Formats: sequence, structure tokens, C-alpha cells
Amino acid sequence: MKIEFETGRNLLVVRLAGELDEHTAAQFRTAVEERLDEDGERDLALDLSAVTFIDSSGLGAILGRYKRISQAQRRMAILGASPQVRRILELSGLLKIIPLAAPDDGTTA
Amino acid sequence: MDNTLRLEFPALPANVAVARVCVAVFASQLDPTVSDLDDVKLAVSEAVTNAVVHAYEDGRGTVRVSATLAGDDLIITVEDDGCGIADVARARQPAFSTDPERMGLGFAFMESSMDEVAVDSAPGRGTRVTMKKRLRAAKGK
Repeated sequence: MKIEFETGRNLLVVRLAGELDEHTAAQFRTAVEERLDEDGERDLALDLSAVTFIDSSGLGAILGRYKRISQAQRRMAILGASPQVRRILELSGLLKIIPLAAPDDGTTA
Repeated sequence: MDNTLRLEFPALPANVAVARVCVAVFASQLDPTVSDLDDVKLAVSEAVTNAVVHAYEDGRGTVRVSATLAGDDLIITVEDDGCGIADVARARQPAFSTDPERMGLGFAFMESSMDEVAVDSAPGRGTRVTMKKRLRAAKGK
């Protein structure tokens, strides 16, 4: 799993690439928590366009970050997801809580 | 003759990906659709993750996975020798989770992605999950 950050004044963009499961979800969780602890609370934009697999552990880690973000009165959105990842996001009901900003497809220019 | 793959590995998070990829590659012999293969990966990931996360209190133990091709059917078993599940019906309910970082969708995902899911478990006796899916060949569709 590859994790990239882009920090703005009020926004943290997190770009993930690879597979988000029990093992990599732990890396994602730790990396985002450390970044927010260092930089202070931000809105969170999570780009899943390059994520090729997600399961309930991955979804749980996203939900866990949402809990922190919303407790800090911040907002969170998902910036795109491949069709197979989007299907799992929809099936789980997570998109009822966290909006998907690019609902067409996961292809990036 | 039926064709069977057997895997045995320590209950470590890093092995969840190994298990789902191995079973998916094995199932590819039937030339399934991409969508069916995605379903198989998800189901294996969920069942193995349950074993890795919940079966062994000290985190040490073994997980065994088998995948059998019988005609067009793929039959997968995921077994552990861990603590077992006291109330299987309750554990299978969507959104049942003992942890705020978890969605409790493991069994729901197994059920939505496979045709049949059976759980055999009792406290102290380990857990065996058996899942079946009919794989339709991608060609000719």
C-alpha cells in the first residue's frame, strides 16, 4: 500500500494506492492519525482511485477516521474510487455517511 | 477428479492478501468473470481476516484454507483452532462488531459475494467457514 499526503491550510488530502485490507488498513490508520496529530485537525479528502481492493477492514479504517474528523467538527469526502471499490462502498452503506465526490468512475486523467 | 488447493499459515494480517490472491489464481482455471473473481477475493479476505483478528487471543495460531474446484463450483473452507464463536447467528448479523474501528460486515460480505456460506463453530473448538460459488466461464457470455 502506498500512502501520499498533501497538506493544505484546512485540508489534508490522502491518496492511497494498492489493496486496503486488515494489514494495510493498520498502516493507513497509523499514518493518518500521526499526520493529523502533527498538523492539527483538517478536513480530510481521501482519494481511493488507485485502490484495487477493499474489504470490511479497509472500510472500518475509513469509518474510524471519519469518527475523528467529525468529532473535530471537520468534514470528510472520498475523491474517487474504481468501479469495484465503489461497489463495496455502496454495499456497505458508507457512502450514506461519507460523500463520494467523483461518482462517475475511478479513472484518473 | 476434483482439484484442491490447500494453504496453511500463521494467523498474521499480512497473510490475508496471500490467501485471497492464491485462491483467486487457483479459481482462474475456470476462466471466471472479473466480477466473480472479485467476489471470491472479498469472501476469502473476510473469512481469513475473521480468523486472524478474532480466533487467537494471543495472536498466535494457524489458519487453514482450502479451495476445491468441482465442476463449475468453487468450494472454499477457512478453518482455525481458536476460541470459537459462542453465538454464530448473532455474529452473522450485519453491523455486529465488538470494535469501533470495524463495520461488522464480514459475514454480510461473504454472504453477498458467495452462493452459500456455512459456519461451524463452538467456544473453544475453533471455527470452520465453508463457502460455495458457481463460477460461470467468462467466455461465451
